[in-house]
Amino acid sequence: MNTSTSTFVRTEMLPQQAPPITEAGAVKWLRENLFSSVLNTILTILGVAAVAYLVMHIAPWLSRSVWNANTLSECRQIITERYGEGATGACWAVIRERWPQYLFGFYPSHLYWRPVLAFVLLCVAVAPVLFDKLPRKMLWFSLVYPAVGFWLLWGGSVWVPVMALAGFAIGYAAARIVKPLAGTIIATIAAVLAPVLWWLFLAGPAADAMQSILPVALQAVRSREFGGFVLAFTIGFTGIAFSLPLGIMLALGRQSDMFIVNKLSVGFIEFIRGVPLITLLFTASLLLNYFLPPGTDFDIILRVIIMVVLFAAAYIAEVVRGGLAALPRGQYEAADALGLDYWKAQRLIIMPQALKISIPGIVSTFIGLFKDTTLVVFVGLLDPLKGITDAVRASTDWKGIYWEPYIFVGTIFFVFCFAMSRYSMYLEGKLKTDHR
Amino acid sequence: MAVVTEEPKAGFRLGMLIYDTRYRSITIQIVVLFLVMLGAAWLIDNLLRNLAALGRGIDFGFLWNRAGYDINQTLVEYTNDSTHARATLVGLLNTLLIAFLGCVAATVLGVIAGVLRLSKNWVVARLMTVYVEIFRNIPLLLWILMIYTVFTEALPAPNAFRGENPAASMALFDTVAFTNRYTAIPWLVFDRSLGWLQLGPIWLNLDFTAIIVALVGGFLINRAILKRATRIQEATGVRPTTWWQSLLALFGPIIVLKFALGTHFDYPSLQGFNFTGGLQVSNSLVALWLALTLYTAAFIAEIVRAGINAISRGQSEAAFALGLRPGRTMSLIILPQAMRVIIPPLISQYLNLTKNSSLAIAVGYMDLRGTLGGITLNQTGRGLEAMLLLMLIYLIISLTISSAMNVYNQSVKLKER
Repeated sequence: MNTSTSTFVRTEMLPQQAPPITEAGAVKWLRENLFSSVLNTILTILGVAAVAYLVMHIAPWLSRSVWNANTLSECRQIITERYGEGATGACWAVIRERWPQYLFGFYPSHLYWRPVLAFVLLCVAVAPVLFDKLPRKMLWFSLVYPAVGFWLLWGGSVWVPVMALAGFAIGYAAARIVKPLAGTIIATIAAVLAPVLWWLFLAGPAADAMQSILPVALQAVRSREFGGFVLAFTIGFTGIAFSLPLGIMLALGRQSDMFIVNKLSVGFIEFIRGVPLITLLFTASLLLNYFLPPGTDFDIILRVIIMVVLFAAAYIAEVVRGGLAALPRGQYEAADALGLDYWKAQRLIIMPQALKISIPGIVSTFIGLFKDTTLVVFVGLLDPLKGITDAVRASTDWKGIYWEPYIFVGTIFFVFCFAMSRYSMYLEGKLKTDHR
Repeated sequence: MAVVTEEPKAGFRLGMLIYDTRYRSITIQIVVLFLVMLGAAWLIDNLLRNLAALGRGIDFGFLWNRAGYDINQTLVEYTNDSTHARATLVGLLNTLLIAFLGCVAATVLGVIAGVLRLSKNWVVARLMTVYVEIFRNIPLLLWILMIYTVFTEALPAPNAFRGENPAASMALFDTVAFTNRYTAIPWLVFDRSLGWLQLGPIWLNLDFTAIIVALVGGFLINRAILKRATRIQEATGVRPTTWWQSLLALFGPIIVLKFALGTHFDYPSLQGFNFTGGLQVSNSLVALWLALTLYTAAFIAEIVRAGINAISRGQSEAAFALGLRPGRTMSLIILPQAMRVIIPPLISQYLNLTKNSSLAIAVGYMDLRGTLGGITLNQTGRGLEAMLLLMLIYLIISLTISSAMNVYNQSVKLKER
């Protein structure tokens, strides 16, 4: 080998070059995400144009907001003075002026502290249910809260909710007493039967008796005085709390091998899902009296809550049924092989998995229920959306206003519904046990 | 409850109840049936006593009395001299009309939004996310009321279109006029109309029937042509040219019909203070339709997105490995599988839309709930009968839609062996 034929051999590496400008940083991102093809470029331009159009129309209107005025004409006058002739602006003064009405409806104004306190306590009661990092002892308050909330909102004698709660204690006591004497099955029956008999026949007189011995009462508020977001939250949260257990029972009924239970569940679910909620609410307000003993007067909010619960429960039953169907048969068989009875198998093996699968569906049913609380306006209750807004728009002061009330109510609904859907995503992530 | 306490006595041991599930389940069923019948008996007894106290029975005879109220939008002939049954029919048709229009528009918009939400284009995907989240998390009633209020308060009155220099002008090349009372749109007229055919209580417009028959017939013929082409291709390996046959089948009948009937559009125009010509659609219908469409489309978009996401990437990679182009991959591999996931929730969205159309009451659109469950109920005082009938009709509509869709669902279901 002589030197003239030896090939070039690199002995040292060249310094690394920067990537081409189109393959790095913002340019690459833009090219890949916004301008990857002709169609994409057109879509990007259209999208940006749409955003720009919306911002250009909404931003000036929002920036010229007026918060202090007593009438719409005064509000418009302020805008004209500040920004010149022909300027338009948002008149949030209507929200400021009608704020109590939006929140409380016609709830007596000197009692506003009660719904506020009830709401604060609701947050305390709900927190340990939602987040398991909080001390478990707080769950005891969550269990008592329905009675507390009821008493704060409706007022009246404290002994009514106390005696209602006592029913549960009586059921527990009956089960404890009967179990050593007659066995589990009889004890279960006693635990169901004793509270029912208590509520039907003894709770009322007992509450009256205690009230006469030790009178503790808040000023009573009638259901017709409820309105605004107090009404929406009362119906919404009660509906959510009661529709889940009922929905799970219906789903189990529909999955059951027992012919009669199965057919009854199917019939109920299909009937409720086949008719609009409005017709059910109308039935509750117009027709329920036909089906109750003559002379019974039944609280309108309670009727509405019952209908909303039944409605949501039918939907939840279908969602949970989907979760049950998605479980592999092996899970049921494994539970049987371990010798678990039906309820233990459901509680320990089936339901935790089925409910985990159905979380998104259940939460969207809850969101639907909360949104549907606005429909109570059609049975004469003052919901924040139509009931209160119509009242505001009908007043001489605010005649002709429409964007601001709807945006306000919509925003509040959005915040709560969006929070619920985010929470369901958080819960799904937390309960995820697969390793993908 | 006597059943429970007596039956276990016969051979009551805990162990027996646990192991003999047949015995236990019969006990439970008897108890449940007993309780349900007891409850039903109580309700019916109350009902009968209440009706007796009011001095009336259940009687549907009111349906054949004169209704005496006007309905602003009717698909079939109706005057205030017609019967309540006729008003119910008008309401039913209005419900079906809004449900049909809403389902079609919501499907189109929802599919577009769902696909765009999956787009790699960042701006478009984000925009669609915002749209879906906003509409899913705010009550439908708010959308209906807001759109309706904006229509009635912000749009110009018909007479604003008058004069040399009008305050308002018509949209879409002077064919559509949005006013605060109605929306005037162009509508088909027939110079040589076929007239009407009476079928019992319903008058059938033969012109529109002919158009629908032509459209459906053309579609079916086109499908037969394509099937035949596929058969020939499978037998011989050569696919015959079919595009001109397809074009002829799809558009031939319609074009022939157009000239035979002398079909043309009649555009709305201003006469005095109001628009004449074309079709005037009441704002309640337009607002309800828009709100239902936008609201339901947000849900459909999520369903479509979930359906497409449910198909594993391996499917499209396999299709690309086979050498299929992206369009063919979508139509042959992804969509047929995604449809299986999409169809069942889509059906329930259609049902929801139909049921939600009963919110028409908020804007005064006279649907079933407005006629039978509204004015008829209030006028006759027959709440029980009217509500029963109303629920029955909604139930029939729901069950019909869901069973029709289930048939389709069966046909696209995964064929497992």
